[in-house]
Amino acid sequence: MIDRLDQIFVLLKHWLVGYLPGEWQAAAGVVVSVVVIIGLYPALFALTTVLERKGVGRIQNRLGPNRVGPYGILQPMADGIKSLTKEDIVPRSADAVVHFLAPIVLVVTVFMGFAVLPMGRNMVLVDMDAGLLFYFAMGASTELSVFMAGWSSRNKYSLLGAMRAVAQMISYEVALLLSSVVVVMATGSLSLVKIVEAQNHYTWGLPHWYIFTPWGLAGFLMYAIAATAETNRSPFDLPEGESELVAGYHTEYSGFKFALFFLGEYVAMFSISGLGSTLFRGGWSAPLAFLTWVPSWIWFFGKLLVSMCVFIWLRGTLPRLRQDQLMNFAWKFVLPMCLLNLFVVALWRFIGDGWLRWLVCSAILVLAYVGIGWEGMSRKRLGARSYRYAD
Amino acid sequence: MGIAFYIISALTVCGGLAAVLLKNTVHCALALTVAFAGLALLFLQLDAQFAGFAQILVYIGAVAILVVFAILLTRGSDTPKDGVFSKTWLAGLAIAAAVFSVLGWAVLQAAPWLPHETVAPNVTVNQIGDALMGRYVLPLEIVAVLLTAALVGAVIVAMHEKEGAK
Repeated sequence: MIDRLDQIFVLLKHWLVGYLPGEWQAAAGVVVSVVVIIGLYPALFALTTVLERKGVGRIQNRLGPNRVGPYGILQPMADGIKSLTKEDIVPRSADAVVHFLAPIVLVVTVFMGFAVLPMGRNMVLVDMDAGLLFYFAMGASTELSVFMAGWSSRNKYSLLGAMRAVAQMISYEVALLLSSVVVVMATGSLSLVKIVEAQNHYTWGLPHWYIFTPWGLAGFLMYAIAATAETNRSPFDLPEGESELVAGYHTEYSGFKFALFFLGEYVAMFSISGLGSTLFRGGWSAPLAFLTWVPSWIWFFGKLLVSMCVFIWLRGTLPRLRQDQLMNFAWKFVLPMCLLNLFVVALWRFIGDGWLRWLVCSAILVLAYVGIGWEGMSRKRLGARSYRYAD
Repeated sequence: MGIAFYIISALTVCGGLAAVLLKNTVHCALALTVAFAGLALLFLQLDAQFAGFAQILVYIGAVAILVVFAILLTRGSDTPKDGVFSKTWLAGLAIAAAVFSVLGWAVLQAAPWLPHETVAPNVTVNQIGDALMGRYVLPLEIVAVLLTAALVGAVIVAMHEKEGAK
């Protein structure tokens, strides 16, 4: 019974596909899965927009949207109707073909990333041998659409925003890939299904998630920072900072194309959080050994929503980083820590099992963190913190 | 060599042609990206998963963006006044045809020496890693030295600009 609940979507798919003749069943199964993914994540996106606006609103000591529906829950419907009925303005000197293609390229490449995420036990669309590489290949293609959007608008602000966004995404992409390589080194496979299965074991009731190891924690923190920067999310949202660049690379997009950019950004957030959960937090595996009766897809989507809440929390709390601070941070802190992390995970494997490897790896990482922090702060002459209160 | 190969190669060739025939340089760069994507699809059609995805990651994710940045930061994005075709196109065509015929002859000459395998080998990432660290470690290290030199050169160029401004 518990097993059937866990596999309920797989069983539903087999039942639906069973109505077709034999040779069409494989293709029909893929089509059904693709339709479900394309339908589910925009629905989650609608939920997340309300969550974000209410959440950021409460952090800023105001209510969020509360007119449409009880507690503003139906706000996405209003937003959807608005974006569908708005006039689609294309500037006269804009490059019409590239302007049209940019949001399409974004949405297509972002949705392709979901093909390799294991959303539950046996619930991955394509079990590829090089699944992680496929995901990063699709993520790299996303940057091209940002550039296309900014350049085709023939608007200096858009171009500036697009250049900044692309520079930021390229820098943090290196950090993203390096922080994921530690997981590949520990597992020995690029396949996301195998990475989750390697974390699905329990010792004394606690799981073998990589985030509970020193190198995994460091890797997860670097991954989280790089993921926040990859999706242009506050505190790294200078490319779309409303007070600096109007709206950055999607200034000249109105109506449904803007909604597509918005959708692409949020779905990219889902997909990168899903990958972070898969790599470091055990994907669909339960946090404690006695909770394995809860279906696996509930754990996956629960972790996804927790990541969303952390993103929203960061957006409401932290101030924006300037472009040079952002680039300095990427190349002078995140990248050296990721490289050191590679060394640490190799040490972890070579020192055998036991308490020694925990001590050595934690010591190296903590010393490096403190050392890089001291070295970075020594050049700035900051005085003691002073507070000013309104009288 | 089914219908998929023909469609993908048509896409690649059209992308390559568009990359040299279009007037707007940024359009050319984007058409080049389509040609890269076509090459990646060719790799994937041959079941070389790692090569295909690495092609997308490196070429489309980095090289295409580099090309685009280079076009934008120099003033190549304006449409040239004299048109895009050079005046010595006939000599260029002759040289390109000569190179193509030499390469084609070399490839066709080597065809009888290829191993006769009926089933495509299933290369896993494990095997690629073992080969890189085992048999091909010297080329790997040479490429690493090349990349390090490029990185150091980029940093030096950027740093000198800052010192020059002082």
